[in-house]
Amino acid sequence: MKNTKEMKAKKIEEAVFKVIMIFSSSLILFVLGLIIYSIFEKGLRSLSWEMITQTPKGGYYYGKEGGVLNAILGSLYLGIGSTVLAMIIGIPVALFMNIYLIKRKRMLNFIRYLLDLIWGVPSIVYGAFGFTLMVFFGIKTSLMAGIITVTLFILPIMIRGIDEVLKTVPIGLIETGLSLGSTKTETSFRIVLKQCYSGVVTAVLLSFGRAIGDAASVLFTAGYTDNIPTGLSEPVATLPLSIFFQLSSPVPEVQQRAYSSAVILTVLILMISLSSRALSKRYHKNRIS
Amino acid sequence: MIVLFYNRKTKNRIVTTWMNICVIFVALLPFILGIGLFVKSELLFQSNSLGDLLFSDVWKPYQGKFGFFPFIMGSVWVTFLAMLISAPICLFAAIYLTQYSKSYYLKIIHTAIDILAGIPSVVYGVWGIIVVVPFISNYVAPIFGVKTLGYSVLAGAIVLSVMIIPFILNILIEIFRTIPVELTEASLSVGATKWQTIKFVLVKKALPGIIAALGFGLARAFGETMAVLMVVGNVVKIPHSMFEPGYPLPALIANNYGEMLSIPKYDAALMFAALILFLVVMAFNALMRMLIIRYEKY
Repeated sequence: MKNTKEMKAKKIEEAVFKVIMIFSSSLILFVLGLIIYSIFEKGLRSLSWEMITQTPKGGYYYGKEGGVLNAILGSLYLGIGSTVLAMIIGIPVALFMNIYLIKRKRMLNFIRYLLDLIWGVPSIVYGAFGFTLMVFFGIKTSLMAGIITVTLFILPIMIRGIDEVLKTVPIGLIETGLSLGSTKTETSFRIVLKQCYSGVVTAVLLSFGRAIGDAASVLFTAGYTDNIPTGLSEPVATLPLSIFFQLSSPVPEVQQRAYSSAVILTVLILMISLSSRALSKRYHKNRIS
Repeated sequence: MIVLFYNRKTKNRIVTTWMNICVIFVALLPFILGIGLFVKSELLFQSNSLGDLLFSDVWKPYQGKFGFFPFIMGSVWVTFLAMLISAPICLFAAIYLTQYSKSYYLKIIHTAIDILAGIPSVVYGVWGIIVVVPFISNYVAPIFGVKTLGYSVLAGAIVLSVMIIPFILNILIEIFRTIPVELTEASLSVGATKWQTIKFVLVKKALPGIIAALGFGLARAFGETMAVLMVVGNVVKIPHSMFEPGYPLPALIANNYGEMLSIPKYDAALMFAALILFLVVMAFNALMRMLIIRYEKY
């Protein structure tokens, strides 16, 4: 008799916890829905073509006409510039780790450990560091200073992302390439990188999204301007910072535009993440498995 | 033919050299970051002792008094409240997703946390201002009999908890997946219920991993800047309840970059704040990484 009672208590306990667990996991979906809904609900009201196609005009910050084209383009310039720079440094590092160092496990693990450590460093620290670099080299706040800072910030993210993909390449494939007489470089770029194309594209786009969305790292280094930059040494506005500055304005119209700019940024980020999914599926077909 | 061969070899050599340079650069990056920040904040140590900097609560930059204690406490409050909210949610969700739910539901949640992880922190800040802050001032605070505008440590913590959930949940799901099925099957076959198995076998076995996942989340929350800055109130004062405003370290750095060069030693102080963040996050990550190194298939 006692046993069935105990059993019942256990069943009830499990049922209660199951409800809590289902609640917890649905809560995540609910919050995501809430975030997207509230951002769009608030921002779509004043979103117009003018916002996307014009730079701020004279009285923009008092609620007059204009848009945030300067910030949209600025973010894209900064994002593309730093992603390309990070690719130039990051792809060779990931390839080196997985082809040249494949037999030296201790060294490889040590580098991965270091990368994981700097992966977690907050972006504001990169911003502060970028600022010390600027002072050291005597550069003013500019597109270039912003690109360098953001590159440092996304570099570990990109390398570890690509590394996770390259890790899955069987060593036999590398050995086959080498045994057929190709150099290590050719094996790296023509065989291994090609094999992992889809994953690499995903990792690169992920870093691109990070580069566009981050505000804290460019706060010190990129400056801010109402114009579209025409050179690397000019300051540049970014979308996250433009949202931040517009929100701190006391004028309601300007605040309203901050919400619209948040919609633009969210859509931009969602587009990047969607296209990374689509691209990765498309290139998956070319894979030898 | 010989020329071609020569070219390939040269190419190989050039690319290999470039790879070596890049790897060395990346491996040195953490040290460069630390040294750079330290050199810049050194000026501060000449007039203020380390104990004073960390534990004094007098913040008067114009008089050269830099007590970081209110900011450190601000960070601690926001971070721990955020962990208090997101840790149970992540743990329960991860158990449910790996042990009970159908695989399509796991897929849906995976997509959801991918999207959540990609949302820029400024957008979280905007969400905090239009949803969380009014929610606190209209609904939560009156329950406790407190009057507040809503810009508070709690608002920062709620926004933060949403931001770190995808991060922690992802690691937790991976960790639970590495627990061999034989273990749970053995427990089930000797008559334990599913929930008992989870409680006494799965969670016990995964404990170091769970601690590490929460630790990573904590380090992440500690350094998050923009979203927190926008909702936390930014008043230089040690918060005494969750409805009071706070001023976390990252917010201090981000808010004052403009005046940085007009007050003597102020830039050194901000760099010191960045150095604290850097060291705390690095130390935390280093420890936690040690804990889960055996789960990782390096």
